[in-house]
Amino acid sequence: MGITNLTEATFSEEVNSSSVPVVVDFWAEWCKPCKMISPILEEIADGNPEKIRVTKVNVDEHPGLARTYNVQSIPTLIVFKDGQEDLRVIGAKGKPQLLEDLAVYL
Amino acid sequence: MTDTINDVVIVGSGPAGLTAAIYSARAGLGPVVLEGEPSSTSDQPGGQLMLTTEVENYPGFPDGIMGPDLMENFRNQALRFGAEILTVKASQVDFSERPFKIWVGDTSAPPTYRARTVVVATGAQSLMLGLDAEQRLIGHGLSTCATCDGFFFRDHEICVVGGGDSALEEALFLTRFASSVTVIHRRDTLRASKIMQDRALANPKIRFLWNSAVDDIVGETSVEGVLVRDLVTDHVTQHDFTGIFVAIGHRPNTELFAGHLAMKDNGYLITDAKTSATSVDGVFACGDVQDDRYRQAITAAGSGCAAAIDAERWLEAHAE
Repeated sequence: MGITNLTEATFSEEVNSSSVPVVVDFWAEWCKPCKMISPILEEIADGNPEKIRVTKVNVDEHPGLARTYNVQSIPTLIVFKDGQEDLRVIGAKGKPQLLEDLAVYL
Repeated sequence: MTDTINDVVIVGSGPAGLTAAIYSARAGLGPVVLEGEPSSTSDQPGGQLMLTTEVENYPGFPDGIMGPDLMENFRNQALRFGAEILTVKASQVDFSERPFKIWVGDTSAPPTYRARTVVVATGAQSLMLGLDAEQRLIGHGLSTCATCDGFFFRDHEICVVGGGDSALEEALFLTRFASSVTVIHRRDTLRASKIMQDRALANPKIRFLWNSAVDDIVGETSVEGVLVRDLVTDHVTQHDFTGIFVAIGHRPNTELFAGHLAMKDNGYLITDAKTSATSVDGVFACGDVQDDRYRQAITAAGSGCAAAIDAERWLEAHAE
C-alpha cells in the first residue's frame, strides 16, 4: 500500500473519499525529525492496511495546504475521519507513542 | 530477552555517543547504540543539534553545516564501521552487578541488553519556560525546533527567549523568514560568544528587550501575543508576537541513572577528573550528560572518543 503523496489537486478527493481514516503527515526535506518518523509511519501503514491510510504533504511544494490546515510546526500528523479533522499530533514521537496516539483507529 | 552479552552498549546518539560508537566499532567491539526515540520537545536521536540550525564552530566545516546534517554524517560514519544503531529508548538500568543490565520498554520484563561496559551519552535537553500556555501552544506558534518551524514564520514578528549562543543562533537563522526577531533576555548583557553578539547586534531585523522575562503567552489556538515583564520596573507589556522560540538553557538527561550513578546537585553525572569513569567501574559517561562547563559539540565528541578508549582498555584489563 505504501504512502501516497498528496497535492493541492488530489487532497480533498483522497481525504474525503476514503472509507478508512486518513493520516496526513505534513513534512519537508529539511526537517530531520520528519524524516525520523517517516519509516515509523510506513510500518504502521503496512501493518494496518485495512484500518487506516497514511499519506503525506510536502509543505515546501504545497504551502497552501499547510496554511489551510494551520500547520505551523512539522512534523504534524492530522487524522481525517469522514473528511473531518479528528486528531492532530504535533511533533516527532517514537513508535510506541505514535501507536498509542493512533490506537483508536487501529 | 537475550543470552548475548555485548562488550559495549552506548546509551545516547549525539556527538558524544556517536563518536564513542565510531571508535568502539573501529576497535572491533561491535557497539550497540540505543539512539533514543524521535521527539520534538525532549531528547531525541542525534541530540540537541537535531533541533538547531547552523553550526559554525565545528572544525572541518569551513562554511558551516546544519546541525541535523552534521549528526547524519556522524551516524553514517558509525554505521560504516558496523555500529548497530537502534531507534529505541532505554527505560531502566541496573548497574549493581555484572553484566550490567539495560531495559527497553517494559521494565518488569527480563532486561533487553546485558553489557560488559556501558557508555552513557544521554546528553541534555532544552528547558521550557514552565508556563501552562506552552503545552497548549506548542506547534501553534511556540516552537522548540528552529530548523523545523522557521519556514512557517515568513513575514511574522516573532521573539526568541534567551541570551546564550543558541538563542542568538536561532534569532539569526529566523531573520531569513521573519520580518523581525526580538530577543527577550533576563539580563542587560548577553552570555553568547562575542562573534554571535556582534552579528546579532548588527542585524537590522533583530531587536532586544533587555532585563525582561516572559510572564505569559496570549492566544487560545495560536500565539497572538507575549506578556513581557520588565524586571527593573516590574511593568508588564503585551507584545504582538505571533511566534515564540525558547532557548533558555538545558538540563541533563540523568533521570534514568538516579540511584545508580553519582551525580552533582544540578543532576550532571560525576566523572573522574581525567577520564570518563563514573562512580560504577565499567560505566563511562561522555558529552553534555557529565559536562556543565563547556557543553559544545566538539567537546562532547572529544569526550565520546575518550569514553570509547576507556571502555576498550577496561575490556582488555578484564578479559575473560
